Amino acid sequence: MVLFWMLAPVMVLAALGLLFVRKAVHAALLLAVVMVCLAIMYAMQDAPFLFAVQVIVYTGAILMLFLFVLMLVGVDASDSVIETIKGQRLAAAVVGLLFGVVLVVGVAQVTITTVTGLDVANKDGNVQGLAQLLFSKYVFAFEATSALLITAAVGAMVLAHRERLTPKRTQADIAAERMRDYVAHGKPLGPLPSPGVFARHNAVDTPALLPDGTPAETSVSRVLTARGTIRSAPDLADDIDELTRGMRADGEVRPGAPGEAAAPAENDDVNPKEK
Amino acid sequence: MDPTPFIGLSAILFTIGCIGVLVRRNAIVIFMCVELMLNASNLALVTFARVHGNLDGQVAAFFVMVVAAAEVVVGLAIIMTIFRTRRSASVDDASLLKY
Repeated sequence: MVLFWMLAPVMVLAALGLLFVRKAVHAALLLAVVMVCLAIMYAMQDAPFLFAVQVIVYTGAILMLFLFVLMLVGVDASDSVIETIKGQRLAAAVVGLLFGVVLVVGVAQVTITTVTGLDVANKDGNVQGLAQLLFSKYVFAFEATSALLITAAVGAMVLAHRERLTPKRTQADIAAERMRDYVAHGKPLGPLPSPGVFARHNAVDTPALLPDGTPAETSVSRVLTARGTIRSAPDLADDIDELTRGMRADGEVRPGAPGEAAAPAENDDVNPKEK
Repeated sequence: MDPTPFIGLSAILFTIGCIGVLVRRNAIVIFMCVELMLNASNLALVTFARVHGNLDGQVAAFFVMVVAAAEVVVGLAIIMTIFRTRRSASVDDASLLKY
């Protein structure tokens, strides 16, 4: 009973969280907490088979399905705060609380005097006892369940299936389209330039430098550009300007000299890389 | 073990599930609240199976789980289809029949 009083507040809090969290993913995780706690309660109440089924089917399969659909639908699809029916939220809360009070008071008034316990029913083992019931008394319900499951599977396939409206693009189609683009718009046929070539860094966020010193925009991933994590083009151009200026200054001071020892202090960090 | 606290907990969880269905607007969260209600009823079934000393209640809980699994599969497929056509998982946006 100690375990019950430890688990029950956790379950009620997690279930209440289901009402208040904004993000659907958090709701799914809270529901997972409730279900795992419920599984432990089944184990406490002499139902080891249901414990396993609860963990495998509910937390393992159903909640993963929920999370899967959440990922498909969009994780950031949070609840809207706008009430379409005025006062519906408050009314729902009041009616729900009344329902709960009635339910709890009703349960509290019933006194269960004798608890038989499952020791006799489980004497051959819980799974064996359940199997004997399932395949004798409830065999038609069990068969109906199989029909239900197969209907559900087919139904889900029919609902989720989408006919292809356009023919699938093959590799040959893509190659032909690329050639057409080259002819019409002059798009490069080969791969795009890789980042960092001839630049000061060879990191992916540094655009390659073209022979005239300007950064090649196409050499950096579009995603990085959109995030704004690349080193900006003017920034790099500054580097180049500085470098060329330093070289010119070097040349003016000592024309024709190798220029390794007497380089100006501010160009110390660029000059060795240049050579 | 006294079964009354289990039944009380089951009632509380069922109530929270009820309120969730009425209050939340996201179809998937509403679905989760329905699952919570099913689970609460399962807890009551398992508790009463122990009180009465036979396994019928556990078999019933097992059937509830199977039906819930089938229901989730179809329900989530429906939500997916609605999301595909209306670009929203909110129950308020599925109001085409109203107009």
